[in-house]
Amino acid sequence: MSALATAVLSPAAVSSPLDAARLVVARDLKLAFRNREQIVQPLAFFAIVITLFPLATTAELSRLREIAPGALWVAAFLAALLALEFLFRDDSQDGTLEQYALSGQSLTWLILAKTATHWLLTGVPLALVSPLAAGALGVPWEATPGILAGIALGSFALSLVGAIGAALTLGVKRGGVLLSVLVLPLAVPVLIFGARATQLAIAGQSYVAALELLAAMAVLGVTLAPLAAAAAVRISLE
Amino acid sequence: MAWTWFHRLGSPPYVYRLAQRLTPWFAWSAGIILIGATFDALVLAPPDYQQGEGYRMLFIHAPSAWMSTMVYTTMAIAAAVGLIWRIKVAHAVAASCATLGATFTAATLATGMLWGKPMWGAYWVWDPRLTFELVLLFLYLGYIGLRASFDDVQRADRASAVLAIVGVIDVPLIHYSVVWWNSLHQPASVMKLGTPSIAPVMLIPLLAMFLGCTLYFAALLLTRLRGEILRRERAATWIREVLAS
Repeated sequence: MSALATAVLSPAAVSSPLDAARLVVARDLKLAFRNREQIVQPLAFFAIVITLFPLATTAELSRLREIAPGALWVAAFLAALLALEFLFRDDSQDGTLEQYALSGQSLTWLILAKTATHWLLTGVPLALVSPLAAGALGVPWEATPGILAGIALGSFALSLVGAIGAALTLGVKRGGVLLSVLVLPLAVPVLIFGARATQLAIAGQSYVAALELLAAMAVLGVTLAPLAAAAAVRISLE
Repeated sequence: MAWTWFHRLGSPPYVYRLAQRLTPWFAWSAGIILIGATFDALVLAPPDYQQGEGYRMLFIHAPSAWMSTMVYTTMAIAAAVGLIWRIKVAHAVAASCATLGATFTAATLATGMLWGKPMWGAYWVWDPRLTFELVLLFLYLGYIGLRASFDDVQRADRASAVLAIVGVIDVPLIHYSVVWWNSLHQPASVMKLGTPSIAPVMLIPLLAMFLGCTLYFAALLLTRLRGEILRRERAATWIREVLAS
């Protein structure tokens, strides 16, 4: 499979970078739907962490509602972090990443495609499930659009930042804990503004400003993170 | 001809000997300035009209805070130089910076907490500047952890260099956090454009502390750099000549 990737992706076979990205997205989606652990495991983890909050604090819905934004974001953050393991690990082990680097296409671009796919497979499902989790914590249904948009945007920014960490820890044995230590400090602003947006949405106030800041961070991530991640992938291949 | 001095900075034996020659100068000047400045700061400078004697924490807190970001910037620049031009000595400089920077950051947080208790009534508040300074500490720890997790020095150098460059984003966040957010922490009084908003009797010992800390850092950095070069070049023959002499 992986040896084919060079030939399939070579500029002679695929002239436009957009087509190359589409091939990468299609391949990653196909692999993920054939082996669904990548989609299911972070969701299950998210649900379990959310369950822990009422057990560890209080079952009273009015008090749970106060901690709901924090609980949702911490749980989503940890789940997204757990999912980062899936981003490059298999492709690094079977040599696919190396073939991408050799294919003649821009590695930065291919990594952006991979990261966006990763967000589709982990961030979007998390965002879709989060209103349900919020409901379980006593949050009214009116807050759903704000929570959905906040977690969707925030997890995109987190996937992009996380791609750097995942690429840096590629050559490291048992790099899971290290990955969290690297990514969490860089992702702190995402958590701050994401939780703020959710808080405002739950309170019924306008959360647009916080969402705009999240979107700004996602834009910054789209433009810069794939460059750093591609550099890190190349270093891991040396 | 003009650039030979610069090219020589890429050579480990040359840098090792240069560091060896320069270290005493930095160390002695740092020692003298720090002793003088500490005396000036703790004895000669008058108490603050509002904070009384408690404000004297400033003379340790502000220089360590300055060092914590300055060392990170130095580390990131050295890492970028090493990554772009593949200069081994630059990577050794970045590696030597990490522990020093983490220590200065920890000192900033510790002195800030001790100062915060009498002035704000709490050791820790979740204020933007404090939070980003804590994040800086985590960045240093992540950098040290990433470096330690590779067996191969070159891969450790290059991977940690990428992390150092990415993490630079935290430095302006720390600096401008007091401007962008409503903060309990006071805004800059020295590190800003225009006249410093601090009385000369307090400013002079403070600036002397800044200078002393920077020189102290330079002396420590050069010492650590020598150790780092020795470790990396342990197979080279020039090491034996250096250690024999």
